[in-house]
Parts: sequence; structure tokens; C-alpha cells
Amino acid sequence: MPMLKVNGRTQDVRVPDDTPLLYALRNDLKLNGPKYGCGAAQCGACTVLVDGQAVRSCVTTVGTVTGQSITTLEGLSTGGKMDALQRAFMEEQAMQCGYCVNGIIMRARQLLDQTPKPTEGEVRLALDGHLCRCGAQNRMVRAVLRAAQEG
Amino acid sequence: MTIETSRRHFLAGTGALALGFTLDVDASAQQGPALPGDLRQHPKISSWLRIEANGRVRLLIGKVELGQGILTAVAQVCADELDIDIKRLDITSGDTQLVPDEGATAGSFSMPNCASAVRQVSAEARQILLGLAAAKLNVDTAKLVIQDGTISSADGKRATYWELVSGRELEVEATGKAPLKPRESRRYSGKDVPRLDIPAKVTGERIFLHDLRPQGMVHARVLRQPAYDAKLTELNLSEIEKLPGVLKVVRNGSFAGVIAEREDDAIHAHARMQQIAKWDLPAKSETQDTVYDWLQSQPERLLKIKEQTNSALPAEALSVEATYRRPYQMHGSIGPSIAIGLLDAQGITHVDTHSQSVFETGQAIAELLGADKSKVHMRHEQGSGCYGHNGADDVAADAALLAQALPGRPVRVQWMRQDEHKWEPYGAAMVVKTKARVDNNGDILDWRLDLWSTSHLARPSGKAGNLLAGRALEKPFDMPPAVNNGPPNYAADRNAIAGYDFAGHTVHTHFIPTYAARSSSTRALGAYANIFSIESFMDELAHRAKVDPLDYRLRHLKDERARAVLQKAADMIGWKSRQKRPGHGFGLAMARYKGTASWNAVAMEVTVDRNSGNIRILRVLCANDCGEVVAPDGVKNQIEGGIVQSLSWTLKEAVRFDASGVKSVDWISYPILTFSEVPPITVELIDRPGTPFLGAGEASQGPTGAALANAVFDATGVRIRDIPFTPARVKAALG
Ligand code: FES
Ligand code: FES
Repeated sequence: MPMLKVNGRTQDVRVPDDTPLLYALRNDLKLNGPKYGCGAAQCGACTVLVDGQAVRSCVTTVGTVTGQSITTLEGLSTGGKMDALQRAFMEEQAMQCGYCVNGIIMRARQLLDQTPKPTEGEVRLALDGHLCRCGAQNRMVRAVLRAAQEG
Repeated sequence: MTIETSRRHFLAGTGALALGFTLDVDASAQQGPALPGDLRQHPKISSWLRIEANGRVRLLIGKVELGQGILTAVAQVCADELDIDIKRLDITSGDTQLVPDEGATAGSFSMPNCASAVRQVSAEARQILLGLAAAKLNVDTAKLVIQDGTISSADGKRATYWELVSGRELEVEATGKAPLKPRESRRYSGKDVPRLDIPAKVTGERIFLHDLRPQGMVHARVLRQPAYDAKLTELNLSEIEKLPGVLKVVRNGSFAGVIAEREDDAIHAHARMQQIAKWDLPAKSETQDTVYDWLQSQPERLLKIKEQTNSALPAEALSVEATYRRPYQMHGSIGPSIAIGLLDAQGITHVDTHSQSVFETGQAIAELLGADKSKVHMRHEQGSGCYGHNGADDVAADAALLAQALPGRPVRVQWMRQDEHKWEPYGAAMVVKTKARVDNNGDILDWRLDLWSTSHLARPSGKAGNLLAGRALEKPFDMPPAVNNGPPNYAADRNAIAGYDFAGHTVHTHFIPTYAARSSSTRALGAYANIFSIESFMDELAHRAKVDPLDYRLRHLKDERARAVLQKAADMIGWKSRQKRPGHGFGLAMARYKGTASWNAVAMEVTVDRNSGNIRILRVLCANDCGEVVAPDGVKNQIEGGIVQSLSWTLKEAVRFDASGVKSVDWISYPILTFSEVPPITVELIDRPGTPFLGAGEASQGPTGAALANAVFDATGVRIRDIPFTPARVKAALG
């Protein structure tokens, strides 16, 4: 039975090792952040951090991440305090429907962890594999740059 | 402020209204002014607004949140007129048992029809409350002031809304006479109020339908046909039933679905069903390439929507013609459509849905189930952005149907990515032909536009035959006859009548009542292709006349608000001072959406690489006039989003299909604009306080496509009339 360390807590999930992480997180651990968009690593909606790296949970099996530290959107706020990215996305009203936002914030978290003061071009490049059909990209880029400023 | 979360307990909370005197008056007998928006159909104040116990106010609306920020805008308007803090509001939207039926949330109608109604209804409620306070406190209404629901007099007497309303005081019809507040004394309208739904969306709190997990919920997937009208001939149900976790397999004709305890088990079983199902494919031969000839060779319904002849047209006036084409294009929601169905012990089917048309889809589902419409209860929950009629309604029908097989268990159905790509009803392919007769200066004496299109209006509309499942059953429901729409909104021919002043002006719609691929309402309907064509052609004529395209447009345009947005967009990009450089171009376009909604003008700067055919958009500037602005940032967000989506359509998108089905099945085979391709965009609003709200959500689709075409022409001297402008097409056109 795989043990998953998610948002700082280690939990058993009673699923086969080859279960996509996305379903274990959403259905077994009842997390809302990661979303199903394509199931094929094409859109980014399902992104979570595994040991700080943004990975697509729809194509990551549970068995490959046991023991590693998994962070979802819910896990970004600590002690009731929102992550700088979450605050910046609110400040910039950086979405329409918000379905893609989980993945974009998670990927941006990895970027800011590695490159605390990215250029606009670096932000766009980092987010290039994430699709937003509502067309809120520019607002999201502004939000990431704001979060980098206000850190 | 909460949205919907408390609504499941909400009926219990209305006790405060249950007794007391009533002010039943017949509004129509009093001959009051006309009521605004949807208040006309639902004049009773309590249908919209309830003063609840405990200092809360509940707003009930039929329009729903699609990520366009409508709940926030409506809350702003309500809190202002009712003089309460916006935090006191709870909003229930899109629940067919609770809210007024306002039709579909579509067509940029929510501000004019819903917000206008809410504004008036809130003002009326305030007036009634003021009257109640005056009677109770024995003070003249003119001497009372209201602050956040507390009414007080100068000498310190006070009463709150919550004390005053004890019964059916709001169960009266609006009179239309209650005065609206002057703009200066509004606290929220016209200002940027943070959107109410955003906090939950950045933290992962439950706000999406996807995140509902009712007790006992199970997961299902539906086996969709490989191609339109394919017939399921063979499916070994018992093999599927034996797969791990499977609870039920349902088959009815060509409709089949599997229900499992776990979502991953449902997905596995669904994949196996796809492998073993055998189908009869119908003989259909159209493809994305033949569809334009197909459109022009079908039996058509000819609609002469404008016939204005120029009797003074000289026979020798030069004639200019062009033909433009738009392929099938997707809504392309990032989250595939989803619904949760539950058949309860009373025989009511409840469906949690992100449909834009809860009432009519509920009625279609009732027909599908062979049940009375009172037996279907639809509840709107937020979904992924839809931009029109996507898979939302079909999946709601799937969930309702599958729920019948497992009474008492909520059945959650989410489409797989491929289902959404293949089965959503696309924005219809269109052919638009324009023809102008011009004088010696190149000015237009006579203008003619002919358009060919299938339907843009195949929403469920109360009919099971409009639902995918309905047409797949053993005893299928017939697809209802295809419909177009007349004035003032039109559909295929939306914005086909140009907003310019031409002496002769003819517009014919060649409506094709059959389908090559499934099509229905997609953001802006026919307006995208029609404006693309009109504004490209205006540009062509300007260049022929050797007149600046801005001046040329202004020469043919009397409408002051149209001139204003056009001029503003031109100023924003520095039109007059632009420099001519090879491979570098500027383009402009303008339209008033539907001829009745926002005025919108877009200016754009691009470069075109001759070797690769690659278009790079350097910047987009846009001016919009949607009358009085309630939520400035919300409007800008909508317009920006429209620009990005329209750029994506125009640069990249075309659904590929042939006899074996749709070939655009994922984001690789149907690419859309990415972060690094989205250009800088600036939107400025012309605010017109005191004028009617005009929708803005679809206003930028048409002008964006045309401005791009015009900028590409400016950069290269080559006119591209076929969407999308892929590098291969641009390269070929450049020779
Ligand atoms: S759902 Fe995982 S990348 Fe799209
Ligand atoms: S905000 Fe809707 S998909 Fe990105």
C-alpha cells in the first residue's frame, strides 16, 4: 500500500501503484487543487510539486512518488498565510474561470523557488506548457512578477 | 459574501418572510414605467431578493457564473441600490427550483437583462423598506438615512431591514418607479471590486462542480461514438461488468456507459469498451477541406435580411469582390464537461451541472427520461470556462441517464479530453462573400454580403433530440430542425449587416439546415466570421482607393460611438505616426457587437517572417464602449480574454475531420495559443454613465480577427482571407 507524503502529512492510499497520482490526490485524499484537463501531459491543469519540481499528476503514477514530498495548491498556504503567488493572483484578478490556475500557480512556484526574480520572458517560457483558454495569460504573468517582487 | 455554498440549506432560512401583512399591488394596473431586463418576465421582488434572518440578504438569479465575473457585477449593483455592504449578500444562481428563469447565460445578455433587473429590484426593495421604517419609527421617509441595512433618523431612532421584514412585504411586483441612485452615491458600481469567486480558486477551496463529493458518489464514463451517427453493433457487456470496481454497465442503442466505485476503474473500463465496441460508420464524406463547397451546394434556406437598393447606382461603377472562409473551431474548454446525476427516492433526478441553460436543458433531460419536467432538478455549479454551448448539456444528460441505473447514488460523469474535442458542438464553418460597387474615389455606393452557414443555435432548448445521448438511444429522439435567429440578435448572420452607411446595402443569409460537423453557439456566433469579412473587405477597399483605412472607415460611418472607439484605438496605437517598414504592419478593425451591444475597435502591430510564414503579434490595443461600466476590470478581463481567444482562432485553429470522425482529438492535434505567443494587450474603456449596460463578453472576437488580417496585409501586401493564418498558409500566400 503506497504511502504518500502530501502537504506535509504522510498518508496511506489504498490504490495500486500504477494509479495516476491525480486520482489518488483528488479522490482518495479529497484534494481540489489538481484538476483533470487532458490526462496526457498536454495542458498542465493537474500539476503538483514533487520535491519542489512541477510534475503532471495525470501521467505520474503513485508508485513513482512514494516517500517524496508532494505539494498541492492547498499546501501552498501555510499556517493560514497564503503563498505570495496566491495573493498576487488575487491582486491581479488573474483568471476568468480559474480551471487552469492550479497548474499555473504550481509551475510558477517552482520557477520562483529556482529563479526568485525572473524576467517576463522567463515567466512566459516557464508557463508555456500550460494552457489557459480564457485568455488570462497576461494577467497571470503580471501576477507571477508581482509575487516575485513582493515575495 | 458567499456564493451558493449555503444554498442547500437555504429554503429552511426563508422563515423570516412567512407572515405579516402584504402590499399586493398590481403593477400593470398602475401603468408604471417599463421594467428593465428580465424583471419584465419576473416582476415579483421576492423572486429575486429576500431579506433573510440574521442580517443576510439573498439574491436569486437565473444567470450563472462562467468565469466572466457576473456574480460579482450583479452583487455590486444590488449592494449599491439596497444600501448594504456587499459582504451581506448570498447569491443563489442557476437552481431551477429556486431562481427566476432568465434563459441561457449567453449572448452578452447578463448585464442588460439580469443586472438591470437586479438594480431595479434592489431599488424597489429599498423603497419598500424605507416605507416600513417610516411607519414604524413615525418619521417621514425624507428624513431617514440608510447605512448598511440600518435605517435611522436624525434623532437617533433606528430600524434594520431584518427587523422590518417580517413576512411577505417583498411579495409584490416591482413598479419600475423606484428611483435609482445617482452615480456619485454608489459605493461599488463603476469600481473594481475583487471578484468573489477568486479566493477559493487560488487556494483550492471547493468552488468547482468538479470538487463536489456528495456522500456515496460513484464515477462513470460514457462510450461516445467514433464518428457522427455511428451505430453501435456489438459490445460485450459481461466482459466489462467483470472488470475491477465496475458497478454497472448500461447500454441503450448506441449509448453505453460504465459506472464504477472509483474513477480510475471507470476510466479503465471505458478504455476497454472503446477497444471492443464494434460500430457501423455512416457514409459521410465531407472533410475540413470540402466543407466550403459543401456549404455552397446544399439545399438552403435563403434569408434576405437586408435589401436596400441604391437607385442612383451608375451602371459603370466598378465592382470588387472577395470571399472569406472560417473553418469549424472549438470552444476548447480546459476542463472537459462534467455533471453529477442523482435519482432520489421521490423519483426526482437532480443534476449538478455547469450548463448555461439550466431550465431548458432540464426540460430536454426530462423528455429524454420520459419524465415530467418537475421531476428534473438542475443546479448550476461553476465549471471550466465554456465560451458557448460546449459539452456541458450533453454530459448533464449522460449523468441523468446513468443515474437511473443506480438510484440513490450520485453518479459523476466527466468526459475524457477526447470526448470534449470530438463531440462538443463547434463554431460553424462559414463562407462569406462580399461585393462592393465603388465610385471614382473608391467610395462605396453599393454593398452586398452573402453568407453560408449551418446552425449556431443547437442548444438543448427543451428537446431531447438536441442531446447527444438522446440521438444515440435505441429509440432515438429526432434532432429538431436546425434554427437560425432573426433580428435583432441573429445567429449565423449576427453582425452580417455592416454598421456603415452605404447607399445600397444587401445581405443574404444562405442558411444550411443540415450539418457537416456538429455546430452550435460559440462565442459571438456568426459575428466572428462576418466581422472578419466585413472589416477585411473595408480594408481592401481602402487600399484600392489609396485612402488610409482609418479615414476610409470614418468616411462611411456616421455612428458617433463607433467613430469614437475607432478613433481611440487608432490613437492608442499611434496610427497617424506609424512608420512603414517591410515585414511590419498595422491593422485596425471595428464593430458594434450584434448592432446592439458594445462598440469595440482593435488595433494591432505585427511582423511577418517571409521565410517561415510566421506571424508575430507585437501588441494589441483595444477601445470598448459598453455603456455604463459596472466592473471596469471585469470588462477589461473579458475583452482581453476575447482578444486572446480570437487570436488563437485566427492564427491556429481548424477542426480536422473526415468520414471516420474528428481528427482533432487533443491539444497536439488542435493547438491553441500559448503563454509565449500571447502579445501585450491594452484595453481602454469609454464609460458612459447613465446609459444602459451593454454586454461586452463577445465584443472583441470579430474586430481582433480582422485587425490581424489587416495588419498582415499591411506588412506583406498579401491578403489572407482563409482562417486560420497558419505559417504554411501564410508562406504559400507570400509565394
Ligand atoms: S491533465 Fe495533466 S497535463 Fe492535462
Ligand atoms: S482562467 Fe479559464 S482556463 Fe485559464
